[in-house]
Amino acid sequence: MTSDAPAQAGLSRRDFLKTSGALVVSFSAISALEPLGLAQGPFDTHASHVDPARLDSWIAVNADGTVTAYTGKCDLGQGMLTAQMQLVAEEIAVPFERVHLIQCDTEVCPDQGTTSGSQSTPTNFNSRNLAQAAATAREALLALASTRLGIPADQLTAADGIVSATADGSKRVSYGDLVAGRKFDLPMDPRAKRKPAADWRVLGKPVPRVDMPAMVTGQFEFVHNVRVPNMLHGAVVRPPEVGATLVRVDEGSVAGMPGVVKVVVKKNFVGVVAEKPWQARQAAAKLAATWTPGIGLPDQRTYFDHIRAQPSRDAYVVKAADVDERLAKAATVVKATYLHPFQMHGAMGTSCAVADVQGGKATIWSPTQSAYPTRSGVAMLLGVPVDSVRVVFTRGAGCYGINGADTVSYDAALLSQAVGKPVRVQLSRKDEHAWENYGFPYVIDQRAGVDADGTIVVWDYEAWFASRGGRPGYDTPGNVITGMLAGYAPVAFTPRGAAEPAGEFRNGSNAAPSYVSGRVAGRAGGAGTIASERVLTHTVDSPFFTGPLRSPSRLQNTFAHESFIDEIAAHVKADPVAYRLRHLRDPRLKEVISAAAKAAHWEPRPSPDARNARTGVAAGRGMSAVAYEGTNGYVAMVAEVEVDQTTGAIATKRLFLAQDCGPVSNPDGMKNQIEGGALQGLSRALGEEVTWDDRKVTSVDWRTYHSLSLGFAVPSVESVLINRTDVPATGAGETAITIVAAAIGNAIFDATGARIRRVPFTPDHVKAALAARRATV
Amino acid sequence: MSAIDLTVNGRRQSVDVDPATPLLYVLSDDLQLRGPKFGCGLGQCGACTVIARGRAVRSCVTPVGSMNGAEVTTLEGLGTPEHPHPLQQAFIDEQAAQCGFCLSGVILTAKAFLDQHPKAGQGEIEQALSGVLCRCFTHARMIHAIVQYAERAR
Repeated sequence: MTSDAPAQAGLSRRDFLKTSGALVVSFSAISALEPLGLAQGPFDTHASHVDPARLDSWIAVNADGTVTAYTGKCDLGQGMLTAQMQLVAEEIAVPFERVHLIQCDTEVCPDQGTTSGSQSTPTNFNSRNLAQAAATAREALLALASTRLGIPADQLTAADGIVSATADGSKRVSYGDLVAGRKFDLPMDPRAKRKPAADWRVLGKPVPRVDMPAMVTGQFEFVHNVRVPNMLHGAVVRPPEVGATLVRVDEGSVAGMPGVVKVVVKKNFVGVVAEKPWQARQAAAKLAATWTPGIGLPDQRTYFDHIRAQPSRDAYVVKAADVDERLAKAATVVKATYLHPFQMHGAMGTSCAVADVQGGKATIWSPTQSAYPTRSGVAMLLGVPVDSVRVVFTRGAGCYGINGADTVSYDAALLSQAVGKPVRVQLSRKDEHAWENYGFPYVIDQRAGVDADGTIVVWDYEAWFASRGGRPGYDTPGNVITGMLAGYAPVAFTPRGAAEPAGEFRNGSNAAPSYVSGRVAGRAGGAGTIASERVLTHTVDSPFFTGPLRSPSRLQNTFAHESFIDEIAAHVKADPVAYRLRHLRDPRLKEVISAAAKAAHWEPRPSPDARNARTGVAAGRGMSAVAYEGTNGYVAMVAEVEVDQTTGAIATKRLFLAQDCGPVSNPDGMKNQIEGGALQGLSRALGEEVTWDDRKVTSVDWRTYHSLSLGFAVPSVESVLINRTDVPATGAGETAITIVAAAIGNAIFDATGARIRRVPFTPDHVKAALAARRATV
Repeated sequence: MSAIDLTVNGRRQSVDVDPATPLLYVLSDDLQLRGPKFGCGLGQCGACTVIARGRAVRSCVTPVGSMNGAEVTTLEGLGTPEHPHPLQQAFIDEQAAQCGFCLSGVILTAKAFLDQHPKAGQGEIEQALSGVLCRCFTHARMIHAIVQYAERAR
């Protein structure tokens, strides 16, 4: 290449790269050496040294024509790596095989916050960030080629890593030759043109996951497999009861055990470091630690009543002035209360991290969803400047929210700091089960007023849910179990009354049902038609740490909403599908409902099915749907079940789902998410519940916390993808799971006339519902 | 400590460890294999499964001393990315995984069962996998992949 071409196109003359691979990392690491003056204090870390406004923070074109991209969103086991490699390949126009994507290494990747909330695809697909970087790079390459070839850029075509004259393909130059591994030194261009979906060659295709062969042959490197020189192994000792504090540790109790290196104590954090993992595990089991009694836990049998009576932090999502008046005047008022328990992430593998804290610097190989926030949390915990901490995301077991990933990263950091050597920690199953941030329990009261012709004219929702801790963010390590044990406080709980809703309608937690108009400050933002609406939530303090668990709050709220709309439909003897459509105005939500019903050959009629006997095995079907977070994905499902009215056992036979998440990046990946979400939702609906006694959690393994195994009679799952390329992409990771419990509950009702309002639908709960059904329903 | 002889994925290995050490720790730590994984340490989930003496064994609760002289096959011993075993190929064809952490339990339990019961149908396969967990709930694809393999292998 000529020496001046890059400068004309804005390329830096600094040439760091001769080849791809490791050198790419050092290329970006160079920027780590640039001034860090932006940070205002040691723990104000929002300013990453990787500037998201610069193209080089996202994309490097290597001399061999391969492309290395950097993202602050990570694949948590759901296949996003492949989908975002497709995105980069498409927008920069190179073959898929030439893309390498580095995820969530704080040293080289832009800070995109936490990988959560079904936001990775919207964040990186829509108009900013990764896709825009790749589009910016493609345009920069076209400009470079224009100079090189002496042909105007609008007469050039970029494809397969080559720019060629549109009229004469023999005039061409490769990306590798154009850039030769140097920086672009350009800002991100928000106007860089994205490829229209009609031109997609790799995006939108069912590209197989790049990590699949390594996974199925046992060669994939999980964080559990990270090995660094001189690495030791740690195990932690958690308090035996909730709220117990450490009185003393008798280090002599493990003295002389083979391989034991050190007992580490920091306030209520206790751990052991040994040469080998089994030695660490044995020493942790034998270590004599004395704890105070726990604080005592509310009785689980009356817990749902208990949380209604606690001081609360209240909020209105919507509040019409005429709710009470309309309820008073309604022809009929339907009421019901729905209960959802604490559930856990219960990661398949217990959480694991490796930390190397030496000489004032720390590197953490962590499966965290939050590389950058974990970086600052670890810095606070260790008392070192945040710049000296590097978090390298390394995949763990499938992650669906705050499992033990953050807490074990803190564990490893504390233990490594104490011994001055790298330490790997993997939690025990009990530590994972008993000490994670559980999904919220909910009590939800619903009331609806129906007019004389069966139309809902008022909807009144009031809920109580319990919360403590949560995502640590950048400065609250006490939100994580280990941070709390080591002396940091979780975000304080402060009761307060509810303010009038203002600004605009936000239904991020799906507290408002889809059927209300979402009227705030005179404007309607909801998916439905019911104008008289009130949605009031009460957050109360939880005895256990809580946090996002796949579809946090959305799942619990949608169970209540989609069960309740079904109850009202039954009350007025309307078909559940038609009745939903009658109260909706959002065309995308209506379309997925119709599509799921069509796929299931839905027979229009009211529930329950009058043909069924009240004994023996009865079959039924149920509908459920949601506009996830109001606008972040649309999904509907029909569930077909059989209920054994003697035993209370539920057999789920077939599931039909229809989903609209805008443009589909990878249809097979999306189907995999729908299927997994549907069956995970089934497990949560049928069996999963955290249990406790008066002092401690008692669901501490897979015998006491019930996850559907591979051996349950798996229903068929049929999914219909509505691929809409003219709208922004939305999330697809949390849609399907959100609607499962209501669809199953509605199908149970259709089969038997028994309404089940409490998750999980264990045989005992089903039998109680069967016993409570009215003979006339 | 005592010397334990194992043949792991066709290679003879001798390890000098406490014979009470669970086989999993020897495989994943001493021999640095990635296939068998610590899922629960209680024999409840299957993530640590290996095939030993022709049977699916939960290596997290199997003292290595009880395996002296045994032939052990881990997930990486079944096939490689370049030459996957037909059962592994069926998983690739079906894209039957999400995070992949559970795969030793799913694939090796199915493999050992089908080796013993080559004519088994879907119901029996599901029964054989009743002690195996996948928390991403990729169940439908996994069962389908195993059934596809079983039918082709007949």
